Amino acid sequence: MKLYDYVLSPSCYKVRLMAALAGVKLETRPVDFHPGAEHRGTELLALNPAGSIPILEDGDLILTESAAMLAYLAARAAPEWLGSGAPEEAARIQQWLSFAHRLTASLGGARLHEMLQRPGDIGALQAQGIAALRELEAGLVEQRLRGMRFLASDQPTVADIACFPYVALAPDGGIPLDPYPAIRLWSRAIRGLDNFIEMPGIHRLHELKPEPHVEPGEV
Amino acid sequence: MMQDAMIDEWYPVGLFSQLDVKGRKTALMGEPIEVALDAERRARVTCGDGRTLPVCVRYGHVWSSLGKPQKDLFAIPEADQPGRRLVDVGAIRVRCSPLRAVENFLDIAHFPFVHTDILGAEPHTEVQDYKVEIRQKEDEVWATQVKFYQPKAAKSASGGITTEYMYRVPAPTCSVLYKTCPPRPGEWDVITLFVQPLAEDLCDVWPWMALFDDVTPMTDLIHFQQTIFLQDRSILENQIPRLLPLDPGMEIPTRADLTSVAYRRWLKRHNYTYGAQLVAQ
Repeated sequence: MKLYDYVLSPSCYKVRLMAALAGVKLETRPVDFHPGAEHRGTELLALNPAGSIPILEDGDLILTESAAMLAYLAARAAPEWLGSGAPEEAARIQQWLSFAHRLTASLGGARLHEMLQRPGDIGALQAQGIAALRELEAGLVEQRLRGMRFLASDQPTVADIACFPYVALAPDGGIPLDPYPAIRLWSRAIRGLDNFIEMPGIHRLHELKPEPHVEPGEV
Repeated sequence: MMQDAMIDEWYPVGLFSQLDVKGRKTALMGEPIEVALDAERRARVTCGDGRTLPVCVRYGHVWSSLGKPQKDLFAIPEADQPGRRLVDVGAIRVRCSPLRAVENFLDIAHFPFVHTDILGAEPHTEVQDYKVEIRQKEDEVWATQVKFYQPKAAKSASGGITTEYMYRVPAPTCSVLYKTCPPRPGEWDVITLFVQPLAEDLCDVWPWMALFDDVTPMTDLIHFQQTIFLQDRSILENQIPRLLPLDPGMEIPTRADLTSVAYRRWLKRHNYTYGAQLVAQ
């Protein structure tokens, strides 16, 4: 499987992360997105007329939407990431997969503006990003009340991977995550998964000190 | 702020390879400027007030100044050495003082914690003694004999090595790093950080490299350097105070901070204070 990849792209990272979690080995083909704008060149436009990356190639299959890539990787190697199939859970997965586009447009747009000088109305992008974060925070709080740690179930699914990178990188676009405790707990749960991999701006979970052991009666 | 001695220095304002006749709007020390190619395909920099600013093209970048530069842009003799690959990494914008961007580049102690498993790894966290001087003749800050254990020092390094470094600050917002060159012992790889001050707390950082590496594809070289710099970016944006303190105030430097101490002393000596905090708060 070949991923047309940019190391700083949160959408490319979604696919690298899903592959790592599912245990799939990817061949990456680095794309000079910045400063070279190679994704707008003839070779890549022939593969993806939308001029976006990532692009995932597996034999005859060419995917240009990251949500489809997550579903494909999961179906191939780790079907539990597609959920149990229960109607509510399946609906929630689809709900958050679609919602992820709003994160890309708002938080991703703010990040490109603040980091790589892409044009855009930064005030509007940040306001839309904050609105999306508040919605995600509320969704995660409701899940916690249902006894579930992740967006669609108590187990992580492709929906979590679709939403996680742009949220975790919101500070790159000048949007702090301090006001969102449920998002921070969720981010920690994701970063604590076996085989989690990082990207610049998303740090690995540092080992926590062990809980102090207190003998009964000592206090 | 405009009495600052930094006004007469050269600053990077764009990649020459990316210039076109339409031009690119950017800023230099709070002033809007435009960088474009003229009819003869030479770089031209125009200030918002209509003035044509001094220009030179060197090390892949266009350089300009709001004032009157007293001397030519600093020399990097290695840049003209045959066989080196010259890497235009492109600008990354950072909401921090331009001086803080340079100071962070000079620091080694953060490698194991920020560039984990690339430029450093626990438990190899010790910064061994190194030499720092302000060279009077060149009027530059130099740190030499810097050694550090690195798991993956360069794209061309296959395993962990103890890397030797030299750091040089030839201009207030530029630093040049010389580093052990895995495929060619005896030569130094050159990695620079050219910082364009947009405002006192905002900058575009233009890393640039001149490497001996005939194997690694250009895109991989760019991505390696962008990865390293992006790991620094979130740290830089969270430093407090936002401006670089030139008054020791409450800070207690350690031996590992000698280069930073010399850099700050050199800035103060020259009245290079754009992006600096002069009195501790």
